[in-house]
Amino acid sequence: MRIGLFIPCFMNELYPNICKATYKLLKNQGLQIEYPLNQTCCGQPMANSGCSKDVKKLAIEFVKTFKDFDYIVAPSGSCVAMVKEHYAEFFDNDKDYNKVKASIYEVCEFFHDIIKVENINFNVSFPHKVGLHNSCHGHRVLKLATASELNIPYDSKLKNLLNTISDIELITLRREDECCGFGGTFSVQEEAISVAMGKDRIKDHLDSNAEIMTGADMSCLMHMDGIINRDKNPIKVMHIVEILAGVKP
Amino acid sequence: MSSHSVNASKFVANDERMHWHDQALWFVREKRDKASKSIPEWEQLREFANQIKTHTMANLDTYLLQFEENATKKGIKVHFAFDALEHNQIVAKILKEHNVTKLVKSKSMLTEECHLNPYLENLGIEVIDTDLGERIVQLRNEPPSHIVLPAIHLKKSDVSDTFHEHLGTEQGNYDPTYLTRAARGALREDFLTAQAGLTGVNFAIAQTGGVVVCTNEGNADMGASVPKLHIASMGIEKIIPRLEDLSVFTRLLARSATGQPITSYTSHFHAPVEGGEMHIIIVDNNRSQFLASEKNKKALNCIRCGACMNTCPVYRRSGGHSYEYVIPGPIGSILGSKKEPEKHNSLPFACTLCGSCTNVCPVKIDLDSQLYSLRQDLANANLIDPKKKMAMKVTAWLMSKPALFDFVGKMARKIIPKLPNSILYNKANVWGKQRDLPKMPPKSFKEMFKDGELDD
Repeated sequence: MRIGLFIPCFMNELYPNICKATYKLLKNQGLQIEYPLNQTCCGQPMANSGCSKDVKKLAIEFVKTFKDFDYIVAPSGSCVAMVKEHYAEFFDNDKDYNKVKASIYEVCEFFHDIIKVENINFNVSFPHKVGLHNSCHGHRVLKLATASELNIPYDSKLKNLLNTISDIELITLRREDECCGFGGTFSVQEEAISVAMGKDRIKDHLDSNAEIMTGADMSCLMHMDGIINRDKNPIKVMHIVEILAGVKP
Repeated sequence: MSSHSVNASKFVANDERMHWHDQALWFVREKRDKASKSIPEWEQLREFANQIKTHTMANLDTYLLQFEENATKKGIKVHFAFDALEHNQIVAKILKEHNVTKLVKSKSMLTEECHLNPYLENLGIEVIDTDLGERIVQLRNEPPSHIVLPAIHLKKSDVSDTFHEHLGTEQGNYDPTYLTRAARGALREDFLTAQAGLTGVNFAIAQTGGVVVCTNEGNADMGASVPKLHIASMGIEKIIPRLEDLSVFTRLLARSATGQPITSYTSHFHAPVEGGEMHIIIVDNNRSQFLASEKNKKALNCIRCGACMNTCPVYRRSGGHSYEYVIPGPIGSILGSKKEPEKHNSLPFACTLCGSCTNVCPVKIDLDSQLYSLRQDLANANLIDPKKKMAMKVTAWLMSKPALFDFVGKMARKIIPKLPNSILYNKANVWGKQRDLPKMPPKSFKEMFKDGELDD
């Protein structure tokens, strides 16, 4: 089983240690991980800004880079959602794209659905109060958990994984899946609302006495981390793979 | 800055009021969650509603004519209006023919869309909005900020001040019961003296030729029953095929809107009152362009429950007026920017694409997908900020050159940590106004990988 590691552009530049945790987490499961070096960006920021036309070249490159892997795994729900949901317009029912679309996974989704929880032992203790921020694209597009709006049986792939960690205490938030307000270029175009939403999301965690806020999308966490650091809030942000990989806060 | 973000930042500036607004609407969303989860077949109902509406819109020509035929048979006069002006002209003509000097109106977003009130007032006809929330905003000379809760942006104290000024209530009396009774007393007088009543329409049943109006205050019933003249205004998309289809929508509508099992009044109007007249005006006003759009046609399925507003984290924190369109929130952003893209080009971007609206929508409109595709339409029509468009082009170009991208990243990681905060957090750094920038690591992941630092 060949696995292609897709590292979102901003994570490569800003969060190499989280990328490393992702890499090691996969490797520790005895999987064959390859990291294609010519990858850059899935094009999501441009497409969400209305400029999907500019993304075509990136999409074609992406598919070329990753088409031969059995699975493509990335530590970001929204970048995976971009490839799955918004690339179709660049490909006319193309066989390579269809394969990529079917084989790309957010890393937690990959562990949960392909490796399966019963086959995993992260062998990690994390004795902290943790709040899970469900980033919207992973949550509602990839359906990593049941959205609160729907009347269907509840499940959460992220919580199922976190619950395999010893000594972790997952706190309950007042608003299970409220958006944090990052939203790509929304974060600067609608700066006031974006920050207000981020502050509210952080407050929900603080009010629940969470020491750590985690999630599967570093972009949302980066936005809230920026507010947390500015406001000196007593909470720390960690990507979910860091917790699963045994990184200490 | 785009117009929505300018308005939104003003709304956010009053932190206490913004949070009060957010919480008021979140409360409605939670009530909706409870109500929807009390019905095991909720998701199936949504799918039925989606299919009924989609089918109806695909056969609208047939159903509209069927409706006209059956309504006419019942003694109702049916009019078709191409646009807002024609709608207003038809209303004015009917009113003139009956020498109407005072019209009572129940809630109708369509008449807001057509700006009927000022049109009639210019002709010397007094118009009284009789829905309590509508009446409040009418007295304040404001547009509604929500389609179901028109005065949700106002507090008890605001209402008290308004009523004190216009209805002569005690100054500083914020008691909701007292204020509601005062409005009721004044409105009762209006119902008895108006010569005509105008209502909106929630559903028009092709098979029966009748219309259904859902309200909580009974004001539509008063307005349609006390005066001898009843005018019902509806958009072409209000049609449903059969009476039995109605049950699907009445089960969804109030639960989605306010968390009630059903509205207090679900009134069926199938004929004029004895000795009176009933008119139905069916309005297009740019609706048919949605039928022609593969990507946006499902927007016509909307039953105006307002659930997408209540759930929208941006709407809750920016208020309905920030949208500057008659219908705010996710569905309003679609309708407004599709109908008048130049004027409402900021609306599809007043959204994080969180997708909550699509999940909450009782007729399963693909709201977030439409907002995404409308962004593309706006960019293609050069209706986004040219600086942003250029920045995106440059970014896409840079990202298509892996080696150059790596180099630029490396330089940024070298230079940025050396910059003093006074330069780093300059005015152009909108991100950094209220947020710290992430710390620059010494190496990118790619560099760590190349340097063999992953297997330590």
